[in-house]
Amino acid sequence: MVKILEKLGHQVEYPETQTCCGQPAFNSGYWGEARAVADTMLDAFRDAEVVVGVSGSCGAMLKVFYPELYHGHAREAEAKALSEKTHEFSSFLVNVLGVGDLGAGLSAKATFHDGCHGLRELGIKREPRELLRHVRGLELVEMGEAETCCGFGGTFSVKFPEISTAMGEVKCASILETGADLVISNDSSCLMQIQGLFDRRGEKIRSMHLAEVLALS
Amino acid sequence: MSTESVQFHHDAERLTRDVRHRGLIQKALGGYYVKRDEQKSRYTDWQMARASAAAAKYEAVNHLDTYLLELTEKLEARGTKVFWAADGAEAADYIASVARNAGVRRIIKSKTMTGEEIHLGQALEKCGYEVVESDLGEFIVQLREEPPYHIVFPSMHLTRGEISDTFQKKLGSAPAETPEELTMIARDVMRQKYCEADMGISGANFAVAETGHLSITENEGNARLSTTLPRLLVSIVGIEKVIPKLDDLAVLLPMLATAGAGQNMTCYNTLLGGPRAAEETDGPEEFHVVLLDNRRTTLLADPEQRDALHCIRCGACLNVCPIFKNIGGHSYGTTYQGPIGSVITPHLRGLQSWKHLSFSSSLCGACSEACPVKIDLHHHLLQNRRNAIANKPVWWEKPIFAGFAWFMSRPALYRFAAPLLRVGGPVLHAIRGRFFDPARLWTATRDLPPPPRESFKEFWRKRNASR
Amino acid sequence: MPADSREKILRRIREALSVEAPKRHLGQGGDRASSRPPQEWLPRIPHDLAALFEKNSQDLKTDVRHCRDAAATAAELSRIARENAWKSVASHLFPLGTPAVAALGLPVLLTDQAYSKHDLERCDAGISGCDCLVAQTGGILVTSASAGGRALSVLPPHHVVIASRSQLVGDLSDAFDLLRKSHPSIPPFVSFITGPSRTGDIERILVLGAHGPKKLTVLLVDEEPG
Repeated sequence: MVKILEKLGHQVEYPETQTCCGQPAFNSGYWGEARAVADTMLDAFRDAEVVVGVSGSCGAMLKVFYPELYHGHAREAEAKALSEKTHEFSSFLVNVLGVGDLGAGLSAKATFHDGCHGLRELGIKREPRELLRHVRGLELVEMGEAETCCGFGGTFSVKFPEISTAMGEVKCASILETGADLVISNDSSCLMQIQGLFDRRGEKIRSMHLAEVLALS
Repeated sequence: MSTESVQFHHDAERLTRDVRHRGLIQKALGGYYVKRDEQKSRYTDWQMARASAAAAKYEAVNHLDTYLLELTEKLEARGTKVFWAADGAEAADYIASVARNAGVRRIIKSKTMTGEEIHLGQALEKCGYEVVESDLGEFIVQLREEPPYHIVFPSMHLTRGEISDTFQKKLGSAPAETPEELTMIARDVMRQKYCEADMGISGANFAVAETGHLSITENEGNARLSTTLPRLLVSIVGIEKVIPKLDDLAVLLPMLATAGAGQNMTCYNTLLGGPRAAEETDGPEEFHVVLLDNRRTTLLADPEQRDALHCIRCGACLNVCPIFKNIGGHSYGTTYQGPIGSVITPHLRGLQSWKHLSFSSSLCGACSEACPVKIDLHHHLLQNRRNAIANKPVWWEKPIFAGFAWFMSRPALYRFAAPLLRVGGPVLHAIRGRFFDPARLWTATRDLPPPPRESFKEFWRKRNASR
Repeated sequence: MPADSREKILRRIREALSVEAPKRHLGQGGDRASSRPPQEWLPRIPHDLAALFEKNSQDLKTDVRHCRDAAATAAELSRIARENAWKSVASHLFPLGTPAVAALGLPVLLTDQAYSKHDLERCDAGISGCDCLVAQTGGILVTSASAGGRALSVLPPHHVVIASRSQLVGDLSDAFDLLRKSHPSIPPFVSFITGPSRTGDIERILVLGAHGPKKLTVLLVDEEPG
């Protein structure tokens, strides 16, 4: 992501004091602990002009859930401010910077998995496809269950591993049906879930993050 | 873990491994998605229609006292008896006393999830009445002594072979091979029951305050027959079903049909406002409407989740939920399944006993997207989790998250996370999958990405140093 | 009879509503949605209501037949009676249909006065009028007054509706308007019938005639009722 943004002529800062968005604690109901972690994010990005992240779920956490997490608490205004200036990577490229063609190239038949947070919390559907359309040599096919949850869900996969795996199996079956040799997504946890299942089954199909694909030239 | 939670884990685990069940449900719902999308595309603006429907329900729920009083007044003006029941026991007692006073022996029921919620059928059977479910799907699960599998499609999980077996065993009918044959068997049984029943029991999808009518939506015609032929009619309605105006039905009825079954309009949409009027020659002589609270006022008192009372029981959220589709309706162990069930059951039946339903979700949000009245379903699951933990943190989780918070709020320490993982990695790898690996179930199908040779922080620092 | 909990429930409701709930649904254009009549978002109604009604109702397996006048109606009804081997029918008195029913020469149970539901159950068909035909849904609006009571249009296995073209309206809102205009107050029984009875409860496979009529026929007459 850094490579791409710099190539487009932007100055990228990486505040080293950032740790984690706090989503695991938030999703498990421990909002006090989540806020303690989120405070470091509010601090780290206080002076940023714009915040861009590669993960749909972390992006959703900052953009959609921080205002809810801090509602009625001291740092609510800061949380809202951070929310407003946070963007998911593909959305930033297409909607803010207005770019589509990054000069990338990859010869493969691929299908795109819509990570749920990106899709439903951030409304990202068109943007990754717009960017992938310009990747030379890439044939993009849609799977039947593109928008169906892969089943990872963070702590969900720890608490309910069998349900999570069953959902993953449905997703993988849909991917295989497309005949693609590559699955791309904008959420690495989804890719971990999907690749794990493919590896166990001995399937040759690869997975790559959207940013990885776009950085290839 | 509560007993309900233990049962849930057990059932869910079993069903997720049942590939036959998974295939059955996928096939059952396949046609629904296609038809639903077809219908949605006919609207000039589906999203606006949703907002419009949500606005009507918001108005109703947030002025519930006003509209319930108006509804009651209009119903009573036509000779309807209206009974306000605080809970299921009060409702069942009232209905039993109505039956007793009228010398009822046989009762025919059309589909009512509210009735199911308070186990009305069983309560009346205990009093000695014959209670027959007239809705085909409900009739089938009643014969099998199973609860309904889905709030709209109670027998979605059964094959024709299983249903034929049930009919043979319980009705003494001949074996049947097609859905048509099976339906006709049920039709024949039911026609006599409609004519013989002394009392009909129904639910309602909506209750129109402006005109004092219950609105009942169905495809089979069993509700029309159950509410017309017996001499007594009792309808049980959750208080949240009230809507302000008759014209609200102009958008709610089509959306219920589209979201619920992918139809343009359901076959029969009937308004019932009173017993047989002077100028009528048929219809029930007595009409009783039971308005049920049963802890809906508890949900009402939670302004954050009050919109869960907008629910029109269309079942759309069940149909799109990947958890529902993999664990099946029975695993929920309660009347309302799927996302709406996971949201409201902790309120209606106890937070600590039922919180597991709110936790067993990946929060994908498909439910909120599908809901025709814009209930913020998946966010309510998060809120239920927060409330459950605030009320009673899980004893072994609390220290883990406290530790997580402690570590993650110290960036100086976090720097060492990557090197630590590199050291600990081989150890984790050695115990992975073995008996004493606590993450064994998780790693059965997932691999943590190998810790990079160089973490991003390390890469960044090096890069800046060299510039 | 047990005392009810009206006051208790009202008190709980009022207490609960003392705190306002967020109007989340109004975000993203939602306030525009609720300030316009909902019909704005429903499928558009074209001018040719008859064609739309016919298409929508036939999609649902309603049999729609056109009749030029009263004589044609009687002829068509007789044809249907022969096709389905009717032995007895049920009906009520309505100008558009009664002559055709009488011309059948079959025993007729009239539901305008007290009748036995067991007798109605034995009839092969119920022939009724209606309040209006709804083009957008392909449905028929009935009340006790327009359709011979509450049971005539649902108990016999074949329901025939005899309606005039002038009874076509666009959508549900139009139907409600018509109800309001033609009745001093909305009657205690109103029903929208949209196709023959159906179920998908067994393997989601469509079967007609679950409990209500297996067949629904609409005779659409050009002429006004006499």
